[in-house]
Amino acid sequence: MQHSKVFMKKTKRGSILKIVREHYLRDDIWCGSSMCNICLHESTPLQANPSSASSVCQSPHYLIVDTNVVLHQMDVLDDEHISNVIILTTVLEEVRRRSTPAYKRIKDLITNPEKHFYTFVNEFHKDTYVERQPKESSNDRNDRAIRQTASWYQSHLNELEDCNTKIVLITNDRANKEKAKEEGITAFTVREYVKGLGIPELLDRLANLDKGSQAHAGDNIQYPEHKSLAEIQRGVKSGRYKQGKFHLSRENYLEANVMVNDDDKDDSNSIFLQGAYSINRSVSGDIVAVEMLPEEEWTCPSSMMLEEEEEEEKADEEIGTEDDLLEKESKAKVRKKIGPKQPTGKVVGIIKRNWRQYCGILQPSVLKRATRHLVIPAEKRIPKIRIETRQAESLVGQRIIVQIDSWPRNSRYPQGHFVRKLGAIGDKETENQVLLLEHDVPHSKFSENVLRCLPSVPWTITEQDLKYREDLRHITVCSVDPPGCTDIDDALHCRNLDNGNLEVGVHIADVSHFIRPNTAIDDEASNRGTTVYLVDKRIDMVPELLSSNLCSLRDDGDRLAFSVLWEMTNDAKIVNTRFTKSCIRSKASLTYAQAQLIIDETSRNDELATSLRGLNRLAKILKQGRIDKGALVLASTEIRFHIDSETHDPIDVETKQLRDTNSMVEEFMLLANISVAEKIKEDFPNCAVLRRHPSPPPSNFDPLIKAAQSKGFQMDINSGKALQVSLNEAVIPDNPYFNTMLRILTTRCMMQALYFCSGMVPESDFGHYGLAAPIYTHFTSPIRRYSDILAHRLLAVAIGQDASYADLLNKKKTHSCCDNLNYRHRMAQYAGRASVALHTQLFFKKRTVDEEAYVLFVRKNAVQVLIPKYGLEGTLYVSKSGEKSEFEFNEENFTQTAHGVTLHTFDPLIVQLSIDASNVQHQKLSIKLVKPVIPGFSVDPAPTEMQVEDGPKQKKLKKI
Amino acid sequence: MAGMELLSDQGFRIDGRKPCELRRIQSKLGVFGKPDGSAYVEQGNTKVLAAVYGPHEPRGNIVKLQDKVVINCQFSMATFSTGERKRRPRGDRKSMELSMHLQQTFEAAIMTELYPQSQIDIYVEVLQSDGGNYCTSVNAATLALIDAGIPMKDYVCACSASYLDDTPMVDINYLEESSGGTELIVSILPKSEQIVFLSSNSRLHEDCLNKVLDMAIKGCKDVYLCLDETVREHMTQVSASFSAD
Repeated sequence: MQHSKVFMKKTKRGSILKIVREHYLRDDIWCGSSMCNICLHESTPLQANPSSASSVCQSPHYLIVDTNVVLHQMDVLDDEHISNVIILTTVLEEVRRRSTPAYKRIKDLITNPEKHFYTFVNEFHKDTYVERQPKESSNDRNDRAIRQTASWYQSHLNELEDCNTKIVLITNDRANKEKAKEEGITAFTVREYVKGLGIPELLDRLANLDKGSQAHAGDNIQYPEHKSLAEIQRGVKSGRYKQGKFHLSRENYLEANVMVNDDDKDDSNSIFLQGAYSINRSVSGDIVAVEMLPEEEWTCPSSMMLEEEEEEEKADEEIGTEDDLLEKESKAKVRKKIGPKQPTGKVVGIIKRNWRQYCGILQPSVLKRATRHLVIPAEKRIPKIRIETRQAESLVGQRIIVQIDSWPRNSRYPQGHFVRKLGAIGDKETENQVLLLEHDVPHSKFSENVLRCLPSVPWTITEQDLKYREDLRHITVCSVDPPGCTDIDDALHCRNLDNGNLEVGVHIADVSHFIRPNTAIDDEASNRGTTVYLVDKRIDMVPELLSSNLCSLRDDGDRLAFSVLWEMTNDAKIVNTRFTKSCIRSKASLTYAQAQLIIDETSRNDELATSLRGLNRLAKILKQGRIDKGALVLASTEIRFHIDSETHDPIDVETKQLRDTNSMVEEFMLLANISVAEKIKEDFPNCAVLRRHPSPPPSNFDPLIKAAQSKGFQMDINSGKALQVSLNEAVIPDNPYFNTMLRILTTRCMMQALYFCSGMVPESDFGHYGLAAPIYTHFTSPIRRYSDILAHRLLAVAIGQDASYADLLNKKKTHSCCDNLNYRHRMAQYAGRASVALHTQLFFKKRTVDEEAYVLFVRKNAVQVLIPKYGLEGTLYVSKSGEKSEFEFNEENFTQTAHGVTLHTFDPLIVQLSIDASNVQHQKLSIKLVKPVIPGFSVDPAPTEMQVEDGPKQKKLKKI
Repeated sequence: MAGMELLSDQGFRIDGRKPCELRRIQSKLGVFGKPDGSAYVEQGNTKVLAAVYGPHEPRGNIVKLQDKVVINCQFSMATFSTGERKRRPRGDRKSMELSMHLQQTFEAAIMTELYPQSQIDIYVEVLQSDGGNYCTSVNAATLALIDAGIPMKDYVCACSASYLDDTPMVDINYLEESSGGTELIVSILPKSEQIVFLSSNSRLHEDCLNKVLDMAIKGCKDVYLCLDETVREHMTQVSASFSAD
């Protein structure tokens, strides 16, 4: 080992500091090639005789790539034809600093043994380390370091006997390539090298980065220039620019918001952006720098619904001209300035792109054999992406994945490249794939490593297992779940005690018995975070053997459980709470309906029936108590599809029904969660995994208050309880759906509930607003939620029935785990909803239906309606773009009037639903008005075959 | 920007060391003429001077003990030892604490019963600080005591260790120290492996404690080898100069 020291200076913010750090250079870093017999290798990922397919370099060779190649041409590196690549730590560090997704991908590649990638630690090697010279930029220094390493490698390989293996440097930097040539290193650009390979598919994967040269005849558009990063940083520091995350509006593609988190003022506020030039090439998710406009130019959202249209695009290459865009902008600007003005700004620069791979479809091209195409992403808020491909014909009608590479100033759309295809449009497998990819749901099969962690079957409970557990097999326990449920997490019982009190038990599947910390299965589950439920598919968090068999509390044998046992008085006052790991034997797996039947059947008086009746009675008392405390009863629309058993197409829908037994189970789950939360918080004040639901800021309620006012109701939003009372009072007898609509609107005002680590949040913020509970956690569904597994482990340690481990008590790890769980949880919800939307489309493919609907919002050119039967929200356009509307929009009261008919918020309508198949690529659900009849606008009722069923459907009342 | 990666996938720390490697140690005995014993130790960029006076009559307000010697330690850091200039070199809480720790450490190692009613002063000055101030101070003071010829049970060697990504790391520098992980500091008497001082500055799960402790003790032993070599070299020189006379 050789020591040497190098001094580095570094300035930190504010004051200039001289920082001296040691840098040890070593002579024990090996080249990693399996043909080398000089180095004392530990592992040799590089093959002895690398194949050389490329025509530009005939002899066998290893590749060395520079940072930009890794950052931008990852899809090429990913390809199976590329292997034996040496990644330098200089490159790796820079990639890590500049792009987290790229860093993750390159790390995956390095760990994949088939790719033969090798990380060479050139920064610590005595012969390859280079010091930065005076006046040399860090980029130039890094390029020099890469070249130095390349020549070292070459001379190192030359030392070997009969070795003709070459080192090839791949760089897109012209100057770097020139210099490399001078130094005698074989160097190519990516394009040269890939062309030499002669694989057209790989050429498609090349990223489009040549700026300027791709100016399109059709787009005479010039976006304002982005400021340089240094300028932005100065601006942000001086307060001239604001930094925030960019979110495109869902309703209007020319409007957006930037969420600014200002630490100094500790209020997170949003800046409004309007028009393509203000948005200036930002894509949803980017971190951007915004300059505020002078206050007199501030505006407000235009209450227009604007979707990117396809009609205006005349040909493949010739896309909307500048005039077009300007016209749109002016269109967007035509509005009376009455709404409250919002702080408005414009984007001056992008701090960090958050581009990922997007699913999309190819927009059909008019020109035959064109190579430039537009891709329409599945996510509405992403602009179309221009790609180059020679296999367009095979891609039409397919879902494909593309990656954005750059967005030059003079291009209307970002430029990208094709990555791979998923499958045919409309194919359910493909569409599910799209759904899962778009929501970043890990859905690959469980790996061998994970499956190896499973217990071997047939599995039985051993004496050892029973040693620390309470044997509750003699108690009449049953589970109550929706029909068809195979992952049963919870079972219940209730029995009379000798002292006149009742014993209530909630038994939860003991998943943490099977999933031990720091095993492959634990890592996988914590990454997945939650089971994702699609309409026709379930993506499990843990392998099926556990989720549907060993952990599932079915009535076919003994199961391990984690039990919460309360002693309660007859009026549901808790006398004593006890937690224990146990062993139970479920006597019956009931559905909600079956349980309800048993309760109602008065002649039945066996243990099961008395147990259920006891539970039901207590649940009602508990529920009343909770509502009195201010828990909210909110509404959402949830539906269930009947799926044809053969074609797997949806054939009918029903809204989920609510029975007493639903709320019975729910009530005890809530109680168990609260009891557990209290216990683990008490024992682990710093690292308990809890769930909080922040109370929404009053401004969130504005839409609700306005909507209620239009019907003459006052909403009191000062507390959960007040809100509940005013919601209960807001009833219009002849519009029974009005109250439900209000509750749906209220749901939208709410904040997201979040998992958190108790040590990271002040205790005053622990509360759960929706449940009106001071503390809450998730304990009752460990089969499908990872947070529950964590709660189980904490509780087991707290009661001394399991050993703790380091990470469990690590505040930071728990915190980052919670962040991941929150993200996965949210994505799972979105994926579930998207799946319902997909099936709704499939459902309407073959039919046209008239259905009852209600107005949710009235906008300038459209009315948003809610169709309760399908739990569907849609847009009814009242004016087509370019045409004069028959409707008159009243901005004060938010109404649309035509021919004496006025549409208000909450008005019941009848609408016709069908699939607009005019564009095969992009089918949309179209909504047309049937009733009230407006000449020239409404349409005739559909043929009666699928006639409207009257009356609003019963909604699932959902508590959050 | 992503934070720094303290331990890379290739198993290198931020300064190029492997987790089990110490920083470079350079040491010297007898650097000053006036004190009875003195030493200079560099561990990487942490540089410490130590001087020992005594044993002598207790001075000032020190109360003499009937059965053993009083050990008086003073830890101070030069105002230029850190990136930003320090206000005062000693007397702040941190220095006071470290002084106390040094005193405890050496009370356990020096054969105190040999010099009742007297006093030994150990002055330690950190010239440049880059993590591991206590450890380097102990190592320097040990050498100074040896230089002064004060009888001790054994060398006292100190070393720190931390725990990151399931890997224990030895002899952590300032960057690794300030990253928020646990720092475990151990002083041992290397021959008997007796621990004379042990402190941890934040929580560490008990499962990891043994791994980190073993690593730190191994570090101490490595330090011992380095110090011992210096002492022997110094002795050869000294005896050579005697015989030359």
